[in-house]
Amino acid sequence: MLLLWSDIVVWLLVTSLLYFFWRLKQDTLLRERWQLVAQSRIAMASTIVLLAFVLIALADSLHFRTNDPYRPVVSALDMSLGNIATGQEKSYSAPFAIESLWQETRQTDDGRVIRAPVPLQHAGKQLDNPNDLSRDLWQRSLTFLSIGIILASLIVWMLSHLSVFSQTALPWKSAAITFIVLCGFLVWLWGMGQSYHVLGTGKVGEDVLYASLKGVRTGILIGGLTTLLTLPFAVVMGIVAGYFKGWVDDVVQYLYTTLNAVPGVLLIASAMLLAQLYLAQHADVFASEQERADVRLLLVCLVLGLTGWTGLARILRAESLKLREMEYVKAASAFGVSHVRIIGRHLLPNLGHLVLISAVLDFSGLVLAEAVLSYVGIGVDPTMPSWGNMINLARQELNREPVVWWNLLGAFVGMFTLVLSVNLLADRVQHVFNPRAQG
Amino acid sequence: MSQPLLQVNQLSISLAEGKKLVDAVSFSIAKGEIFALVGESGSGKSLTALSLMRLLPKNMQLSGEIRLDNTDLLALTEKQMRAIRGGHIGMIFQEPMTALNPLMRVGDQIAEVLQLQTDLRGKAQQQRVIALLEEVGIPDPSERMSWYPHQLSGGQKQRIMIAMALAGEPKLLIADEPTTALDVTIQAQVLALLLSIQQKRGLSVLFITHDMGLVAQLAHRVGVMLKGKLLEVLPVDQFFKSALHPYTKRLIENALPVTEFRAPIAQNEIVLATENLRVRFAGRRKGWLFRKQPDTLAVDGLNLSIAKGETLALVGESGCGKTSLAQALLRLIPAQGRAVFLNQNLLTLTERQMRPLRKSLQVVFQDPYGAFNPRMTVGKIIREGMDSLSVGAPEARAARVLALLKLVGLDESHADRYPHEFSGGQRQRIGIARALAVEPSLIICDEPTSALDVTVRGQILDLLDALQQKMGVSYLFITHDLSIVPRIAHRVAVMQAGKIVEMGSTEQVLTHPQQDYTKTLLASAPHHYLQAKVTQVV
Repeated sequence: MLLLWSDIVVWLLVTSLLYFFWRLKQDTLLRERWQLVAQSRIAMASTIVLLAFVLIALADSLHFRTNDPYRPVVSALDMSLGNIATGQEKSYSAPFAIESLWQETRQTDDGRVIRAPVPLQHAGKQLDNPNDLSRDLWQRSLTFLSIGIILASLIVWMLSHLSVFSQTALPWKSAAITFIVLCGFLVWLWGMGQSYHVLGTGKVGEDVLYASLKGVRTGILIGGLTTLLTLPFAVVMGIVAGYFKGWVDDVVQYLYTTLNAVPGVLLIASAMLLAQLYLAQHADVFASEQERADVRLLLVCLVLGLTGWTGLARILRAESLKLREMEYVKAASAFGVSHVRIIGRHLLPNLGHLVLISAVLDFSGLVLAEAVLSYVGIGVDPTMPSWGNMINLARQELNREPVVWWNLLGAFVGMFTLVLSVNLLADRVQHVFNPRAQG
Repeated sequence: MSQPLLQVNQLSISLAEGKKLVDAVSFSIAKGEIFALVGESGSGKSLTALSLMRLLPKNMQLSGEIRLDNTDLLALTEKQMRAIRGGHIGMIFQEPMTALNPLMRVGDQIAEVLQLQTDLRGKAQQQRVIALLEEVGIPDPSERMSWYPHQLSGGQKQRIMIAMALAGEPKLLIADEPTTALDVTIQAQVLALLLSIQQKRGLSVLFITHDMGLVAQLAHRVGVMLKGKLLEVLPVDQFFKSALHPYTKRLIENALPVTEFRAPIAQNEIVLATENLRVRFAGRRKGWLFRKQPDTLAVDGLNLSIAKGETLALVGESGCGKTSLAQALLRLIPAQGRAVFLNQNLLTLTERQMRPLRKSLQVVFQDPYGAFNPRMTVGKIIREGMDSLSVGAPEARAARVLALLKLVGLDESHADRYPHEFSGGQRQRIGIARALAVEPSLIICDEPTSALDVTVRGQILDLLDALQQKMGVSYLFITHDLSIVPRIAHRVAVMQAGKIVEMGSTEQVLTHPQQDYTKTLLASAPHHYLQAKVTQVV
């Protein structure tokens, strides 16, 4: 067992989220609101999809040391993926191909020298005759799809007897359908991955599906952690500026106008380059490549967080300026309630919806920001599996002939699904929590 | 009776879910008649008015018949309807601050109506704008037409609104609480203007109000609405003389000014006395290059005193410094001078020294919607002061919250509810309970009833009165509404521009005012029309 810093962060993120929802039970007002959120079918379906992403990220955040010199550290996800994780080829191959994309010069049995693609090491081994490929693909697809769907249906059927799900106000049916479809798809992916490269292989022969799945953790971590890092800055600065006004307000405003005036990418780039320099000079501090990549990932989050709080802080400042003139804040002052308590009891709960809305909205933006940074080459470590890195690789691959498009597709589908489901959920959250969006 | 201009038959408005907001309302308005529609908030008067213009929100359904000059308005297309709006029916809204576009010159806003509804263009259009501004009594109209709304006062904005409504030469004018947001003296001027225009043009007016004084002053006929139903329609004299419906009777009764005055309280120990109290708002310095603008004195050398168990009503128009005074006494804003409260000068105390006094000095606010943290239960709201100022033993506080709820006429079970679950009147009771929780000897009531309906207002005043009898608490009752003063106050102070112009017993000030300003205030208040109407009957 090996604990990486980012593992701790991922688990902390998830437990704090769980704690947040557990706390909802006490606050009737908030619980009503969240029930309204859950009443939307789209929100329910995207939550299920999101849960799948979170589970993948969690499984990828349990790391173990092994004796294998080539893979010294593996995660629970790696172990459960089997052939998808271990099926290393020499170089490019197309999705569901059994032959390589590259050609090798070799001698045939009858002594002729030919230049032709070679059979892949980890794809289609079970086939006796290469012509059976399409029949085998169909057969396996049907098998795994039906296994997945039947399995999921069984689970749904068993769960449907629990009293929790008899609550009719929530669209459990949509949730169940999403769950079944998702299960069918994932089992199919896993099953097909055992005997084929579903998304082909990349430049050094790595399975693209595997890389995309590994990218989930990076994406969620960047989105989640950065959001969490921006919140304290934004909340404290925004409220303090709006509540105390005067010179405090001047200082905070000066700070964020200055930050906003510097081009964002430039600021992040310079910070990241400095950090890279430091990491390169102190390489001996880190036991393994993976740990160094890990620290760099956290640094990306930190830098994105340090530059990303200004938007929310501005909104919170404006709202605090309004709230501090509300009569209930005056009434509290008339009762001699201290500033800290006024902020904690009267301002913060009434700003909660703004924080929540901007947190979910920012999440997807940050996932995309990581891709942009990695594309420019200043994001996460090149060895770290991330969608941004995959897109960066795909840039050159799209220029070659035959075109290698699967790296881009893998990153695109992963990012698209994650961002879309978060955005759909954010849309609903915003609709329910924003007093002005209703009606 | 001649052919009516507007005829409304069996008008119903319902929500998509089937809830009826307006239920089978029928009435008619003759040419040149002022028809007053009265009722409390939520009774459906404004919806009825909006439906005449077919401006209801999309989720509401309209049924029945509306005929204007024998045209069935509900059968018209949207395009034809646009010619009716502004052209045949003009409308004046309640809030002149929000009804005008702040980024458009007022002249252009009037010209826009002319552009849409008349053939006037160019120079002729401009001249018409000036003529309209002149008609509504805006001085120097050719200059002011290029002003922006923020440069005008509230009364002038309402005049602009009237000019806009008149620009399309309408036959029917809908006035939805047109003077509620204005001060009494301004209200009187605007009403006089409306009345003169109505007579000159022979307009029909649908006048929506909750103020019985205005009804007495203006209306020819009155319709009473309650919970979406039109209870009765009566000519104004009969309305005040022989209303049939008990609700109407109660409405009139509650609006009647009290003629018995409270005797000034016998000399008692003084709770609060101010000497030369001043509140100064520092002028802004616009950048270091510019000269600092002069300070404004919101409260200018104020002297007043309140005895134990006494209510001093502080009357004045908006901007006269009433609220600044209240906030200065609570030490929410800085002030100079002396304010001796329980033998200590409030103004020189530090926040720490001030804390023990906060128990004795509390406040009830005007806005029953903004006065409570929407995220706290009523129980927590009432408890907050006790916790902060350590009043009573911690264990006893929960029981005290329940006792207070009962005291102000609420139920013990209400403690676990949130503020939004209560009506305006109930919220004001919660506000009173919150103030009482720390056992104050003086409560500053900052317009506590001005956001409430007439009947609810009476209940709250009675509650405040009963609490005073029971606990001997003193009130500084800040209000702009003269009609409620006799019901609550022992003494009255009239405030103008940061100074007290007249102070004395309620009877003395209200019946024999010495100062011109007090006389104007009293003459502007519409309730004396009501008095006249009712006494003329008896």
